[in-house]
Amino acid sequence: MGKRKVVPFGPQHPVLPEPIHLDLVMEDEKILEAVPNIGFVHRGLEGLIEKKDFNELIYIAERTCGICSYQHGMGYTETLEQIMGVEIPDRAKFLRSTWSELGRLHSHLLWLGLLADGFGFESLFYECWRIREKILDLHELTVGARLIFSVNKVGGVLRDITPEMQKTILETLDVVEEEVKNIQKTFLYDYSVQSRLKGIGVLSLQQVHDLGCAGPFARASGLNLDMRKLGYDAYPYIDFEPIISTDGDCFARCDVRTREIFQSIDIIRQIFAKMPEGDIAVPVKGMPNGEATVRIEQPRGEAVYYVKGNGKKLLDRMRIRTPTFANLPGLLETMKGADLSDVPLLILSIDPCISCTER
Amino acid sequence: MGKVKNSPWLLHYDGSSCNGCDIEVLATLTPLYDAERFGIENTGDPMQADILLITGGINTQNQEVVRQLYNQMPRPKVVVAVGVCACTGGVFKDCYNVLGGADSTIPVDIYVPGCAARPQAIIDGIVKAVELFQKRSDRHDRYEIEQKEGGNANG
Ligand code: SF4
Repeated sequence: MGKRKVVPFGPQHPVLPEPIHLDLVMEDEKILEAVPNIGFVHRGLEGLIEKKDFNELIYIAERTCGICSYQHGMGYTETLEQIMGVEIPDRAKFLRSTWSELGRLHSHLLWLGLLADGFGFESLFYECWRIREKILDLHELTVGARLIFSVNKVGGVLRDITPEMQKTILETLDVVEEEVKNIQKTFLYDYSVQSRLKGIGVLSLQQVHDLGCAGPFARASGLNLDMRKLGYDAYPYIDFEPIISTDGDCFARCDVRTREIFQSIDIIRQIFAKMPEGDIAVPVKGMPNGEATVRIEQPRGEAVYYVKGNGKKLLDRMRIRTPTFANLPGLLETMKGADLSDVPLLILSIDPCISCTER
Repeated sequence: MGKVKNSPWLLHYDGSSCNGCDIEVLATLTPLYDAERFGIENTGDPMQADILLITGGINTQNQEVVRQLYNQMPRPKVVVAVGVCACTGGVFKDCYNVLGGADSTIPVDIYVPGCAARPQAIIDGIVKAVELFQKRSDRHDRYEIEQKEGGNANG
């Protein structure tokens, strides 16, 4: 038996893109317990409802997180639409789903890169981010921005995706698909990558269920949980099945996310094949009065939006539950008994988005 | 950009940003934009860093961290604020927990605008920082220069 000691981890750490602090209670090389200390990115964004009106808040909601920015804006807008009883045109629904899936593509590629960086495979990291730039170019083509889109408004969207743009997108996706197939080989069949990922941070189906985990993190342990199946936006018209793995270790999480990249590419192809003609927005009058909750599937898992309005410009309450918040208990569970050298990998394996969580 | 004599190292810290600027800084370091061709190198260690790239505003909890990072860096040092959040507080300026831009806590030399700041703009900021770093390291009376230029309060 060794002596117990506490190793501080973060907030500024080379593998962490974002600040989070963990106190790791260690015995020799093993972690007994991890105590998180968060709040470094807390801004108090939900408090802005007192100062900005509900339309301006769309832009604030988008800046909850720069990675799943589009979906935050979308989730909030859809909650408002539900309160105000607005039915958006079909084309707007399909457009929203397109951008959601493009966002998922760029987020998953970003995560794969960070994971590669986490186990010290620099060139793979660079390769993932090189592919990701192609998706960002598509963002720029369709909305004119790389990360923060600001194309949502209550009642629809602000921009259309023309047939020429669709053609470019499909061509680019073909290239991306080929390239991701290449890196998938390295991630899933490379011996040294496997030895770094297999059997690390195992969570059973029962555990992820009890801890209330969400998204790819839960799906990697076999939990069939995909909010897209609830059928918002264009998803009822799309044919897809949630991607599930049963091993529940870091390797399974990597596997699920790489396969989701292909799934998203497939969904975008289906969307373009079925995209209806028509308006992209309807005019909306009045103020939100009432409350509503909306659940959407973000790249990292299920996000819940709650909005309460009182018929005035300023809302009563806006609340966002983000997927990383749901996954943190799962992360702490995986850390028990892990080696110190695996900590960066474990943190990365939930695809943490601290600025979402702390808002 | 003139001839660079030495190769400054860069430290990136994410204040209370929304991640947007944060990942753009990372994208700037990856092959497509490749900021490392200007002779800089990304490091995670403040004790060896010359340029501090800070994204996002300052809040009550990370203020101490930012100040500590700045103080741990050897002189001469250059601070670049990336994104409107780091410049002024940006959209979060009115939030109860945001104290303001990076310059509310440490002296900032270069401001890079944008929400999110584009890689091209970040590269521009880095190039300016490298030049400024050269200028500062050429001088022997560094401490006084910094006092004058940045109003560095806590050493
Ligand atoms: S400037 Fe914009 S993109 Fe950058 S951290 Fe602030 S809100 Fe996010």
